[in-house]
Amino acid sequence: MSRIHDRKPVMAAKIATARLVAAASARTGHGGTTLPGRLVLRLDGEISSRLCRRLEQGVVFVSATNGKTTTCSMMALILERDGKSIIRNREGANLASGVATALLKEARLSTAYEAQLGLFEVDEAALPEVAKNCQSRALMLMNLFRDQLDRYGELETIAERWQRMLMRMPAAMKTILNADDPLVADLAVGRGGGVVFFGIEDQGAFSPIQAAADSKFCRHCGAAYDYQGVFMGHLGHYRCPDCGHRRPRPHVLARNITSEGMQGTTFELVAGEEAVAVKLSLPGLYNVYNALAAAAACRVLDVGLETIAAGLADFSAAFGRQERLQVEGHPVVLMLVKNPTGFNEVLRTLLEEPGEKQLMLALNDAIADGRDISWIWDVDLEPAAAMVSRAVVSGTRAEEMAMRLKYAGLSPGRLEIHRDLAAALSAALSRLEPGETLYVLPTYTAMLALRRVISRQFATDGRLEDLVWS
Amino acid sequence: MELRISHLYPDLLNIYADRGNIITLVRRCRWRGIAVRVEGFGLGEEPDWHAYDFFYISGGQDREQNLVCRDLAAKGAGLVEAVQAGAVLLAICGGYQLLGEYYRDAGGGELEGVGLFSAHTIAGEGRFIGNEVIETEFTGAPLRIAGFENHGGRTWLGEDTRPLGRVIRGHGNNGEDGGEGAVRGNAVGTYLHGPLLPKNTAFTDELIRRALAHAGADTELAPLDDAI
Repeated sequence: MSRIHDRKPVMAAKIATARLVAAASARTGHGGTTLPGRLVLRLDGEISSRLCRRLEQGVVFVSATNGKTTTCSMMALILERDGKSIIRNREGANLASGVATALLKEARLSTAYEAQLGLFEVDEAALPEVAKNCQSRALMLMNLFRDQLDRYGELETIAERWQRMLMRMPAAMKTILNADDPLVADLAVGRGGGVVFFGIEDQGAFSPIQAAADSKFCRHCGAAYDYQGVFMGHLGHYRCPDCGHRRPRPHVLARNITSEGMQGTTFELVAGEEAVAVKLSLPGLYNVYNALAAAAACRVLDVGLETIAAGLADFSAAFGRQERLQVEGHPVVLMLVKNPTGFNEVLRTLLEEPGEKQLMLALNDAIADGRDISWIWDVDLEPAAAMVSRAVVSGTRAEEMAMRLKYAGLSPGRLEIHRDLAAALSAALSRLEPGETLYVLPTYTAMLALRRVISRQFATDGRLEDLVWS
Repeated sequence: MELRISHLYPDLLNIYADRGNIITLVRRCRWRGIAVRVEGFGLGEEPDWHAYDFFYISGGQDREQNLVCRDLAAKGAGLVEAVQAGAVLLAICGGYQLLGEYYRDAGGGELEGVGLFSAHTIAGEGRFIGNEVIETEFTGAPLRIAGFENHGGRTWLGEDTRPLGRVIRGHGNNGEDGGEGAVRGNAVGTYLHGPLLPKNTAFTDELIRRALAHAGADTELAPLDDAI
């Protein structure tokens, strides 16, 4: 029997294997989102690229330091409203194994998918390997912020790896880039005409430069960029005074942004000659970026602007990102914090709300959080300390977070430390006045653990399957 | 009296949240009623070296460190003189490397350092990453200090240079000789970030005491409640 003749039955066997593993891991409750892919990848390193070719409308990859999960969730909602059926991976399963698992799960034994389009968020370090041979239809790179230097290394290193990856991608692939991030926008070099930029045009949304801002120096000549203003971190309107390298004009943009604090944000979404009003129920400029990115990618996939606006208006929150729950009768908002820029933006949103707030902060130092917790000193906690009526700190490195808050100016009398998440949550809830909101700011693994704790030990309106993904 | 701190290249060398060290120096002075002022210096700026009691320099990404290296070569002599006159210096990670004699990269290229420490650094295979604990005599009695290290360079001290301490856990200067950091008078170089100063208050207060001595002020420090 020839090798070519062999292929289909072998592929079918791999798909069947993956299904068996998925079924087994679903029963044990572990590893269902990555294990089948991990096993099949060992048999066939090219499984994902082969399966991608079976998707009628191709695949889209999305990567960034911040905003991958929210943006992909927004895109999924919009694309489904537009009548497209999609396959996507789940957040947290964004390495090669997670993408392969998602593809294997929906695969039929020998024919094309029922779904038309693949939509995958991919870890920024894993992206070059995952996207390598996938003949992607579009690839979106949203931002690069400093994050887990012990794991990812320097931003420049990731940008260079992305650059090399893009040089090998087919010319037909669309590249969607953030015009406001100099490191990301510069990746357009060599991609020709297939680049779509998104960015914020509203200069009223400029903010003071933050301590953790990176990439303040020109990638071409090393001179310090002239920033007309920044929106968050190093994202803004920049220009190099020496060599003239500057922010490209965005094709899809947001203007007239109005923040309504935790209630959400409104803005005008513009693409070419068209404009629509968008009402987001998510707070913060970072969610405007997420919405813009989702809009730009959906435009590339030929979705109309009205459908995009309607989808964005319907969107509530992705897993732990400004997610609202009732716990023991109290309103609780989960706000994931993973790195200085994301943390700063969460704090900025909280500061827009009047009054003192009850906070719970949970700092873990597992590998997925980053073993090095020094990043909390890059967060601008000083202005936030004044708005905290009480902070309960938790997680494996609770004491370090307490120390950070103390040096930020929070009096120790307002601080309470419980490493144990359940004890911390009980203590934080017990301090609330009726109707008062608890804002919970956990790092990644602390958020996962806290969701399990809430689902098992507390009365909540959150559904178990939404709280805890296997 | 005002304690004067010069933060060298805060916009370029700030990669491991080392500004936590500056926050800690300032807070621990102000909690004790000691006036303190921090001034940053960037590329092409020449501080009045003798106007400061404390110099601080940390690490950055490769691109930024290369920019600093060229700039510092032009003005390093002023820093060396100030340190010889008793000013305190704390140099972390990349800043520590830049103040040695040279840094040799993986391709054999050499970046010339300021030579404040009799030490040189050679790019190694793989990075030393993780929590680190050392024991130091810097405060006059054995003291354990903890931090996080993340460096690819291996630093070797000249025979006349003492390390800051002995590695208890982690890798230190080069992963071989058990030494961590370097001390020359009131100048300290180390790979420990994390940041170093909020975690290790006895060490921090010793630095503040030495800076106060340089300023000609009372070096008796009121105790602080470091319980959290």
